[in-house]
Amino acid sequence: MAATTRVASAGAVATAELAGHLPAARRRDMSGVIAHAILVASVVVLAFPLYYAFVISTQTLDEVTSLPPKLVPSTHMLQNYADAWVRAKMGRLLLNSAIVALAVAFGKIAISLLSAFAIVYFNFRGKQVVFWMIFITLMLPVPVRIVSTYQVVSVLGWVDTYWGLTVPLLASATGTFLFRQYYQTIPDSLAEAAQLDGAGPLRFLWSFLLPLSKANIAALFVILFVYGWNDYLWPLIVTNSPEMRTAVIPRTSQLPEWNVAMAAAMMVLLPPVVVIVVMQRWFVKGLIETEK
Amino acid sequence: MKRTVFRNRWLPYALIAPQLAVTIAFFFWPAFDSLRLSLYRASPFGDRLIFIGLANFQRLLADPAYFRSVATSFVFSALVTFVGLAVALLLASLANAKIRGLAIYRTLLLWPYGIAPAVAGVIWMFVFHPSFGVLPYLLSFVTAYQFNWFLKGWVALVLIVVAAIWKQFGYNLAFYLAGLQAIPGSVLEAASVDGAGPIRRFFAITFPLLSPVTFFLFTLNMTFSFFDTFGLVHAVTQGGPGDATSILVFRAWKDGFEGLQLGYSAAQSVILMLLVVALTAAQFRFAEKKVTY
Repeated sequence: MAATTRVASAGAVATAELAGHLPAARRRDMSGVIAHAILVASVVVLAFPLYYAFVISTQTLDEVTSLPPKLVPSTHMLQNYADAWVRAKMGRLLLNSAIVALAVAFGKIAISLLSAFAIVYFNFRGKQVVFWMIFITLMLPVPVRIVSTYQVVSVLGWVDTYWGLTVPLLASATGTFLFRQYYQTIPDSLAEAAQLDGAGPLRFLWSFLLPLSKANIAALFVILFVYGWNDYLWPLIVTNSPEMRTAVIPRTSQLPEWNVAMAAAMMVLLPPVVVIVVMQRWFVKGLIETEK
Repeated sequence: MKRTVFRNRWLPYALIAPQLAVTIAFFFWPAFDSLRLSLYRASPFGDRLIFIGLANFQRLLADPAYFRSVATSFVFSALVTFVGLAVALLLASLANAKIRGLAIYRTLLLWPYGIAPAVAGVIWMFVFHPSFGVLPYLLSFVTAYQFNWFLKGWVALVLIVVAAIWKQFGYNLAFYLAGLQAIPGSVLEAASVDGAGPIRRFFAITFPLLSPVTFFLFTLNMTFSFFDTFGLVHAVTQGGPGDATSILVFRAWKDGFEGLQLGYSAAQSVILMLLVVALTAAQFRFAEKKVTY
């Protein structure tokens, strides 16, 4: 029964082709053209707002507020960027963002490499409890416990410090989970061989696991750098002084003009975007691994 | 579990100590403290806490503004997730062909992920600017309606939805495209020979085979739109106009840090926690049943 329908429809395909419809090869060409058209259109639509923001950041205020909107870059670029840099103290803000992003990335990579190593390669009392204590953090992100986290930070005297900006963001198990998964795929024979060669646990971690984990470290780095750079709620809460703010929080009072504000926005968005483009392979790996 | 185990009495504890310390100090302590705080309110001078039992929760559940925030959060997240994923899946299906240059397209699609929601918001704020923005300018040729997000709640909501989708869209598309390219052509050809049309083929074969990708993107977009969009709301609309864009996280922040109602904000945190736990549980059940790996 199924066989006959298959033969019949195969016949229909053949007749359709005989009747002058597109042959298979041409049809494939067409689908290639459509695919390119859709992808080019998507890329252009995605890029347009960024291009528009860039254009505004190069215009004078008169050009920005004139109609119809001008969509070509103008001559005021250097002045707007210099203006934003000086008035909003962008240098300090970008430095703070860099410190937070790097501290969160390296801090979390370091503590999760160690804790995953302990969980996979050792047996110890209370291991199950510790394991669940760490992994339950995957369920609740920082925003659901802001008031109390702030109080802990203020008890520690960390308000308005780099400690307060970074350490609370380390309390999540994404990295530990990633390294645990990876260590479990490493054959037991490796640790056995290392032990036969007289390597102790720390030697094994440093000379064997660490080099093997390079790709995972890079993947985690991209995700955490972008997260640390772009986090908004926590720096808003835990800093009071303008010198300790990070760059993502808009400086509306210092930069009320749109062209200068856009110049600042371009400076803020560039570092994480560059990290993603340059480390794209690890970014995709990181996205997949941290969400599992 | 035949893993070679290192033997050492104290080393594993030393290795796990930093992670455990951070987890206790900044996860368990705050989580339990939120539970405790939700039963108190601050005295008028803010110098001490007064135990009031479940009054914060009673007040929350009797507050229409809170339910508006619940609705806003769900509408916002649903729009960002479903519109974002549906359009990405449609375009990816149409663009699924063996073509050259896919690596370049991927790069050109993935970069917006790096842009902070707040910065995405600032950019779209100007695109939508009622007087000078390019979008209201173009719309003014079509209709006399004023798309002013300073005044109209729904326009403000559309603005933050668009900014959020913009940031997520490229990698939604890139992941769907990768998922589609991994489906062997022979499966679809067999169905085609059996007489299944393109739409039937899509729903009977392609969509189920894509379910791991959909599940992955769904989780990512939901988490993003629920929690990571605080900056977008804070930088662009401040929850307004009125409270048209006051999503739950924004309200919890505002009541806690601007209104200084610590107990009231903690009660909102507790409800958010319950919500997240419920959603996570639902997600795991769904993943077990529906997702074909």
